[in-house]
Amino acid sequence: MATTDPKLLEPNSFSVTGALSDGAKRWVLHVQEYSLLSAQSVARLFSPPYYVSDVLDQMDIIGVGSLPIVLLTGFFIGAVMVLQTAAQFERFGQTALTADVVSLALVRELGPSITGLLVAGRNASGMASELGSMIVTEQVDAMRAMGTDPVRKLVTPRVVATVLMLPLLTAMADFLGLIGGYLVSFFTLRLGAVTFWTRAIDILEFSDLMQGLTKPIVFGFIIATVGCYQGLNVKGGTQGVGRATTQAVVTASVIILVSNFFLTKLMLYLAGHLF
Amino acid sequence: MSATASSEPVLSLENVSIGFDKGNVLDGLSFSVAPRETKILIGESGSGKTLILKLAAGLIQPDSGTVEMLGHHLGHMTEKDLLAFRRNVGFVFQEGALFDSLTVADNVAYGLREEHVKEEDIEPRVRESLRFVEMEDSLEKFPSELSGGMRRRVSIARALVTQPLVVLYDSPTAGLDPVTSQTIITLILRLRDTQGVTSMLATHRLQDAFGLASYRYDGQSGRVVPVAHNGATRPSGAATTFVVLREGKVYFEGSPPELAETRDAYLRRFLL
Repeated sequence: MATTDPKLLEPNSFSVTGALSDGAKRWVLHVQEYSLLSAQSVARLFSPPYYVSDVLDQMDIIGVGSLPIVLLTGFFIGAVMVLQTAAQFERFGQTALTADVVSLALVRELGPSITGLLVAGRNASGMASELGSMIVTEQVDAMRAMGTDPVRKLVTPRVVATVLMLPLLTAMADFLGLIGGYLVSFFTLRLGAVTFWTRAIDILEFSDLMQGLTKPIVFGFIIATVGCYQGLNVKGGTQGVGRATTQAVVTASVIILVSNFFLTKLMLYLAGHLF
Repeated sequence: MSATASSEPVLSLENVSIGFDKGNVLDGLSFSVAPRETKILIGESGSGKTLILKLAAGLIQPDSGTVEMLGHHLGHMTEKDLLAFRRNVGFVFQEGALFDSLTVADNVAYGLREEHVKEEDIEPRVRESLRFVEMEDSLEKFPSELSGGMRRRVSIARALVTQPLVVLYDSPTAGLDPVTSQTIITLILRLRDTQGVTSMLATHRLQDAFGLASYRYDGQSGRVVPVAHNGATRPSGAATTFVVLREGKVYFEGSPPELAETRDAYLRRFLL
């Protein structure tokens, strides 16, 4: 029986299953490499040398640098929430409930998520482009050639700084959101300061604060590790840096939103059983 | 390090192969570098010159074969051990690879700070190193303010500040004008002849390679002078040999006169 030389088929031997299989393998490899980098970045915390000045630099870039946009956004998120809910509560004569809604929504959900997404947009992209440029110009190789561990020098400080800064930024965003909500409720609903702030604070329980400040820790870890992973895996010169930057923001944002669902579920479960 | 004191090779590559998507770049390559020797790697673009330098520094590992440097079997070392080992090796990257967010002084001081040298000892060593490459007046400049040749010189200063036993140069004159190239080659000569550093240099510019082989730095007069035909004026042990790469293997290994007098058609392409 005549057989066909497989080599002759090679140029046209595209198969859907083959392509899917290759894609799945690449995806699994990315997950594996990302997990490895994340684990290494944490493991480096437990042995010297420590790059404390790099951590402080990154805290300045991530924390202080992101503060204006986080405050501005938090303020207007709080303000717009009152605009959206005021009409509904007015129908029932329960305008004071706006304080409850703004407070709960900001502290539990919107504060951490919006701040996480903003910092992802600003800093995950920054990390990816900075480390990506260092890869392209062989600065990371130069670092290794001089006996420096790039994970210890570049990744761990960014992870530590983001994990420390994001909860603080979230707290500030929550506070500015409440101020925005109060100002709009005062001017549109004539809600008094004492009423608004008393209700806004009283509605919050310890579990709400736990939820609102635990999420940013996870989000911060995601932002820094995704940004650094994308940066350190740049291929293809400056075009690759651009791709990595986009990819870092998209990936970090998607992981933040997806993990937010599961974190909320976990926190609600823990709130019901522990607090 | 014992390897430099004895006649044992400083670097030895045995049957080294490494490949990427499009097949093997190095395919069973073997050669060694003796103490104080200057080994010049010549080959076309993509022939694996940079790969050999990175293999020698332990920045990448071969798919097969062994790389031994300064008495260490690099394939048996962990990344942590390799980081410590690399402090004995200076690496001058093709484009300099200076840290663009640090000043010239901080770039040169980087290796010393990593070795936890006292801060008061760092400045004089940085100045000395930059004086060697005639860049002492650029301490506070950033790499973006320097020309290509100046960046290479700072890169050499950064590589030699920690007094490495071996220096690896990746196409140090690529893309530079002839005058600047000559300055860089003179610096490499000075480093070789005043400090007796073993070195390996990748290039596709044969004039640089023959310049290194034909001249020496005279410490007394402070000038570059020709080496006598019998090599009598060359510092003892400071031999210069060429390795020509072709299709992932060593195609030619020998002295400058052997290469210059070759009748091989492939080798003669480099001589034209």
